[in-house]
Amino acid sequence: MERRKAVARATSRLQLLLAGSRSAPPMASSEEQTEPRPPVLLLRRVAPAYDAAVSEKFHLLRPWESPLPRDQFLAAHAGSVRALLISGLVTLDAATLDALPRLGCVVTTSAGVNHIDLAACARRGIAVANAGTVFSPDAADYAVGLLIDVLRRVSASDRYVRRGLWPVKGDYPLGFKLGSKRVGIVGLGSIGSQTAKRLEAFGCTILYYSRKNKPSVPYKYLPNVCDLAAESDVLVVSCALTSETHHIINKDVMAALGKEGIIINVGRGPLVDEDELVRRLMQGELGGAGLDVFENEPAVPKELFLMDNVVLSPHRAVFTSESFADLGQLLAANLEAFFSNRPLLTPVNQNDL
Amino acid sequence: MESLGVLLTFPTNSYLEEELSKRCKLFRLWETPPEKRREFLRANAASIRALVGNSGVGADAEMIDALPALEIVASFGVGLDKVDLAKCRKKGIRVTNTPDVLTDDVADLAIGLALATMRRICEADRYVRSGAWKAKGDYKLTSKFSGKTVGIIGLGRIGLAIAERAEAFDCPISYYSRSEKPHTNYKYHSSVVDLAANCHVLIVACALTEETRHIVNREVMDALGPKGVLVNVGRGAHVDEPELVSALLEGRLGGAALDVFEQEPHVPEQLFGLDNVVLVPHAGSGTWETRKAMADLVLGNLEAHATNKPLLTPVV
Repeated sequence: MERRKAVARATSRLQLLLAGSRSAPPMASSEEQTEPRPPVLLLRRVAPAYDAAVSEKFHLLRPWESPLPRDQFLAAHAGSVRALLISGLVTLDAATLDALPRLGCVVTTSAGVNHIDLAACARRGIAVANAGTVFSPDAADYAVGLLIDVLRRVSASDRYVRRGLWPVKGDYPLGFKLGSKRVGIVGLGSIGSQTAKRLEAFGCTILYYSRKNKPSVPYKYLPNVCDLAAESDVLVVSCALTSETHHIINKDVMAALGKEGIIINVGRGPLVDEDELVRRLMQGELGGAGLDVFENEPAVPKELFLMDNVVLSPHRAVFTSESFADLGQLLAANLEAFFSNRPLLTPVNQNDL
Repeated sequence: MESLGVLLTFPTNSYLEEELSKRCKLFRLWETPPEKRREFLRANAASIRALVGNSGVGADAEMIDALPALEIVASFGVGLDKVDLAKCRKKGIRVTNTPDVLTDDVADLAIGLALATMRRICEADRYVRSGAWKAKGDYKLTSKFSGKTVGIIGLGRIGLAIAERAEAFDCPISYYSRSEKPHTNYKYHSSVVDLAANCHVLIVACALTEETRHIVNREVMDALGPKGVLVNVGRGAHVDEPELVSALLEGRLGGAALDVFEQEPHVPEQLFGLDNVVLVPHAGSGTWETRKAMADLVLGNLEAHATNKPLLTPVV
């Protein structure tokens, strides 16, 4: 209950902040700024929108712009770096943390935190902030878009039309109705619940698996993913990737889902046993898949390229200009909170995962 | 109804064809080449008492005149733009269509098309399949769908179903209709240009009539603008297609998702190279489940007619 209240408070603070920033007056001129901008370290580039948003109030340290080799650059700044800004492409391990003894805060631009050694951060008293729920509507939109595309063959029939086949071969084969499909959500967090809310409007029946039953939610709970799959026509994978959830969608789950079942993955590639998925799709033992993530991005199993019941996407489920703008503001706000000794707006608690 | 002679005008949906063939005396129009059609109709006119048409070939004045024994036109679809309703009324020919059973599928596709266009789903799929995805973090940004204003032309069964779905994405809904609808909270606009100027995604969901032909014209497209997206799940003729092509090529319109075209199955080739466009081959009701339900409704209407019972879904 306490944590829910804390999240609700943080969300309202965030909303106020975003509302305020949109109508805020232009940045103060440099004469009025008496404080130097605190340094924030990057290890790899982040999206230009984020770099720009954070650079307004912070001095971004970009190692790749320095002639010094990486370890010397870190050593040179170790005494002053208290905050680190990373994307999901950076693996933040204990060794890197050791090189930054004054680090007090890590802000990641992603919702996922599987790339961060949270236990190591906790041991060193380093607070971690992620994207919170900024990306959830976009991820939910994308999951729904992928599902409709798979069932109604949108991308496949668009290819068909562009190849000039409609006048030659006639109508494209029929797809499958979305309404009254049973959709099993794996992980009913922010993305999972937003996806569920959307799919209900299409007449889908929602079921879910989560680590804990959520009695306040109107959907049927299943205590494990196999049971969920057995009662579902579609599985939407929207849980965090942890050591427990690696390959949570395995061959038993796929068998339970059945040969007409559809898997939509907007979580992380390693949540699904990809080899097994490809094998089943090739042998007609699975109905279709919509995949935004893969086990070894950017590598995608080539067998999938021949399939019309599969939709493939290069890890872009949350890539909208609107959300990147919102996240830019959130990144700066989290860093501001840290440097003012206030609680982070979107802190990650290891126990939540 | 074994003695009911039925002219089926189109070759899709084998379930419908098989049932008609089993239960009636079936004549297949498409098996005759176009130049021999008049002869074919003349030869069988006395037997043909029913016609089953679709959005491609219906019952226009010429067809009705060629079939003096025609008693009923049972359309496979909800649109009636290919049926000469006035002539049917005059001659006492009954007309039925297939409403309701396809409402969900068309609405689902409308939203799916909007998502595919704004979030560039088909483009992403093309990108991956081409082998071009070589590095992560390319940050190509698309346009968020949730929260965008959706403008609907025509708030009938399909329009309302589209609105209900869009609401779940927190999209404010506005609409144009011949008259304001009393029981909705959606924002009414009395002109399509006004609607287009005040929405982000414009969806065509009205019937095709004389009045609604080219209801989406150049003025409407310019009002919708370089960030606006047009979705057409109505009829090709709702949109001025050459104007649409120019608007897209010139960047005056942000994007378009089209299920229907003015000269199906022909689609303007200038659209094939565009990434802000999604093109599907008239698949609004194209699911196994719905096509069977539509076929059953056609068969049910014919059966009712043949046994002098009330028609299931009469229009005339």
